[in-house]
Amino acid sequence: MVDLSKLYDAVLNGDAKTAVAVTKEAIAENVDPMELVNKYMVPAMDEVGRRFECEEYFVPELLLAARAMKGSLELIRPLLVAKGAEPAGRVVIGTVKGDLHDIGKNLVASMLEGGGFEVIDLGSDVAPEKFVQAAQEKNANIVCLSALLTVTMPAMKTTIDALASAGIRDRVKVLVGGAPVTPQYAKEIGADGYGENATVAVQLARQLSAQ
Amino acid sequence: MNSLIQQLIATGPVITDGALGTELQARGLKPGELPDLWNLTRPELVKQVIHAYVEAGSQVVLTATFRSNRITLSQHGLAEKGAELNRRGVEIARCAAKGRAVVFGSMGPSGKLLFSGEVSSEEVSSAFFEQANAMAEAGADGIVVETMSDLEEAKLATEAAARTGLPVVACMVFDSGRNKDRTMMGNTPEEAARELAAAGAVVVGANCGQGITGYIPICRRLRAATDLPVWIKPNAGLPELVDGRTIYRTNPVEFAAHVPAMVEGGANFIGGCCGTNPDFIRAIAAILRTR
Repeated sequence: MVDLSKLYDAVLNGDAKTAVAVTKEAIAENVDPMELVNKYMVPAMDEVGRRFECEEYFVPELLLAARAMKGSLELIRPLLVAKGAEPAGRVVIGTVKGDLHDIGKNLVASMLEGGGFEVIDLGSDVAPEKFVQAAQEKNANIVCLSALLTVTMPAMKTTIDALASAGIRDRVKVLVGGAPVTPQYAKEIGADGYGENATVAVQLARQLSAQ
Repeated sequence: MNSLIQQLIATGPVITDGALGTELQARGLKPGELPDLWNLTRPELVKQVIHAYVEAGSQVVLTATFRSNRITLSQHGLAEKGAELNRRGVEIARCAAKGRAVVFGSMGPSGKLLFSGEVSSEEVSSAFFEQANAMAEAGADGIVVETMSDLEEAKLATEAAARTGLPVVACMVFDSGRNKDRTMMGNTPEEAARELAAAGAVVVGANCGQGITGYIPICRRLRAATDLPVWIKPNAGLPELVDGRTIYRTNPVEFAAHVPAMVEGGANFIGGCCGTNPDFIRAIAAILRTR
């Protein structure tokens, strides 16, 4: 019998090799894939988030854990799809028009993938109409907007306005983040949430998907 | 110690410059537009900003080449312009300084994360060497590796810049963690000072990411961790967007009021980062004169 607590430890310690090996073993033994995700992997990512908040973990540990989670999920996802299980949510993410900074956006994308979301990453310098198009085509329920510069923050509002003009604003929740962005600004431009860091972004995406 | 650095700090704290990016924005640089490109398209305005710093009392001025490494430039489709941008950047700054201030070549981060594998150590090293070398050939007096959030990248940039033979200042952003005393990747000032010195930096420091009060304890910790001179350039507070305009709330007088504490904390080089302007440099100079 495979020791599933090793899967929890592997994700928590960012050990992708072990995470994948244990997952393969579990699948061979016909363990319920939902059980792997919900009982071991998601709780491990929650603990990663807690350690990040407590400053025991920093960005490198987050990325390693997300990578381990992703390796394991790639094996599990086809089984979930075969069972008709949906991802935690579908997220369209990008850095807004005029802004080429993507480190923070990439980090949030990795953590969302690790959190079981299907992530459509549009890259950086993304025009409002591209966000609209991707959200429509992929039937996304969440749109995440990133900006590192105060001078590009107004493009977040332009993007939210474009979602509204396209008639899909009520179908998606909009999350915003980036160094100069504040909760007040998020409120001002009509976003549904502001994430101070990548782990908060995942928590918010989960809450909003559950609504 | 490097002879130029020794000469500069011999007579007390050295005043560096203030922000270039926000000053160029004030002169019409558009959101998303590459400031470095103004070395080619609006050289007179770049020179005007640097000259204003020299007039205000800057003894060290930086070039407008923060983003002119091959990795960042290729995102703008300008990878092949690197040598020219760096050369012009140094020429403009030298012209503005007229021998009244030394010119240090600015090298900012690549914008890619080594840790995620989207760029390799070799690519980062070669991009930074190419940039540093172009500035050395154009007559820069030193190189400043600045605004680094990843110590690994900062070390590669420092090693690459040191190969030119120029003195290298290496600075990180400390803006993470509960006490805002870690880099984005979790490194402490002590780790940064030790590892940057080992990579060949002759001055270590901190810039950007927070206002001046937060950098006083970080300055003290850098001072305690190394025998090398310490370089500090805080922001004029954190940027806020008000009615579509970016504002920084710290004014020159408030900023300068903390400068004596920074000097007591061990800073050898002091200036400002985002949101600061020649008025800040004048205020710093005035405060240091009265000491």
